[in-house]
Amino acid sequence: MIRVILPFHLRTLARTGAEVELEIAGPVTQRSVLDALEARYPTLRGTIRDHVSRQRRPYLRFFACEEDLSHQPPDALLPAEVASGKEPFLVIGAIAGG
Amino acid sequence: MSKIRVLAGTRKGAFILSSDGKRNQWEVRGPYFGGWEIFHLKGSPADPNRIYASQASDWFGQVIHRSDDGGQTWETVGNRFAYEGEAGTHQGYDGTPHPWEFKRVWHLEPSLSDPDTVYAGVEDAALFRSTDGGQSWQELPGLREHGSGPKWQPGAGGLCLHTILLDPGNPDRIFIAISAAGAFRTDDGGKTWRPINRGLKSEYIPGQDAEVGHCVHRIAMHPSRPEVLFMQKHWDVMRSDDAGESWREVSGNLPSDFGFVIDVHAHEPETVYVVPIKSDSEHYPPDGKLRVYRSRTGGNEWEALTRGLPQQDCYVNVLRDAMAVDSLDPCGVYFGTTGGQLYASADAGDSWVTIARDLPRILSVEVQTLT
Repeated sequence: MIRVILPFHLRTLARTGAEVELEIAGPVTQRSVLDALEARYPTLRGTIRDHVSRQRRPYLRFFACEEDLSHQPPDALLPAEVASGKEPFLVIGAIAGG
Repeated sequence: MSKIRVLAGTRKGAFILSSDGKRNQWEVRGPYFGGWEIFHLKGSPADPNRIYASQASDWFGQVIHRSDDGGQTWETVGNRFAYEGEAGTHQGYDGTPHPWEFKRVWHLEPSLSDPDTVYAGVEDAALFRSTDGGQSWQELPGLREHGSGPKWQPGAGGLCLHTILLDPGNPDRIFIAISAAGAFRTDDGGKTWRPINRGLKSEYIPGQDAEVGHCVHRIAMHPSRPEVLFMQKHWDVMRSDDAGESWREVSGNLPSDFGFVIDVHAHEPETVYVVPIKSDSEHYPPDGKLRVYRSRTGGNEWEALTRGLPQQDCYVNVLRDAMAVDSLDPCGVYFGTTGGQLYASADAGDSWVTIARDLPRILSVEVQTLT
């Protein structure tokens, strides 16, 4: 079971709580986590990754185990603590704006 | 008894204001989508309970919502806006080629006859259409690819397609406008397009009367006379009597002919409203006085409408999609400001009341007349 923590606005959009749990068969990577997240919550498609380029949106970051994983390749394995469900994968919005 | 529903898109959510036909008591509902930037909401003329909303965010991109019950509940629908084929380039701010990149939906225009068909004007400028109630979107690429696209350059607000006018008498004719490319028209349902900017003069481009490059802020038409168009350009209020084939200036005695909004009275095709703004460097009304100007002669002769509007120390702006009219008699006129005030007139502009005073920055205002 993978745990994912979403920022406030994406919780509202997905109509879910702060933390969601996902089942992932196969390697646990950014891509497989986001694919599973979007499959479970289709309204999140296009909000974390651009629909066309599949790039992470610039004002979002991915954190886990006190590390910024945003610039890791999308198919790199996430830390074992994330894969085991011990630690969550965090989607964080930039603190900015007015 | 008629009812009025005002749809206001703001920097921090959507608000819906309702009144009976007297238009003197207003109920404010919202914010819907609190904290999100709602660029535009618009109801379907064919089914007023069907409302589309464009939610855009620098953080989370574009989201489209749809209501089937007049805005009480909302469903999130499709948000994939992909340009057809090789997107190519337009000009960037520095004049160098810049790849076409989708950023947001500025304006949603539901079909006049089918609640499931809706057009979207987007940045970087293109026109999309959905025929399944917003679930999926397809570009009408003939606009972007008609030939002048590589010359288009963004205005300060971005390369946005902000105006979509559907001809009520001819379903194949659509007018659109882009900042800062100009106005365009199709006569074959969106397959082919051509610029309709003859007569526009813009000092900020090398060729003042060039085919494209004009910063059109807004175009309005009266449904009974779709060949007559009124335009608020960056500077200049313009009029066309031949569906955009040629334009002539009708700024007349306005205190400033810079502005964003323009609209037409619901029952008097020669009665036009604008809100003059001091200049393109000072986005607030002249002399700190918020004045709507009305022409009853199709332009050139304008009268200031001030009753109920602040006449001192007022330095708000009125953005291009933030004015609308209802179809009651007398005609109601509505506009929203960047200061969050929503003003309404139930007597065609003679007097105004504030129907919401402290909303977030208002980006768009639409009105539904419900019977």
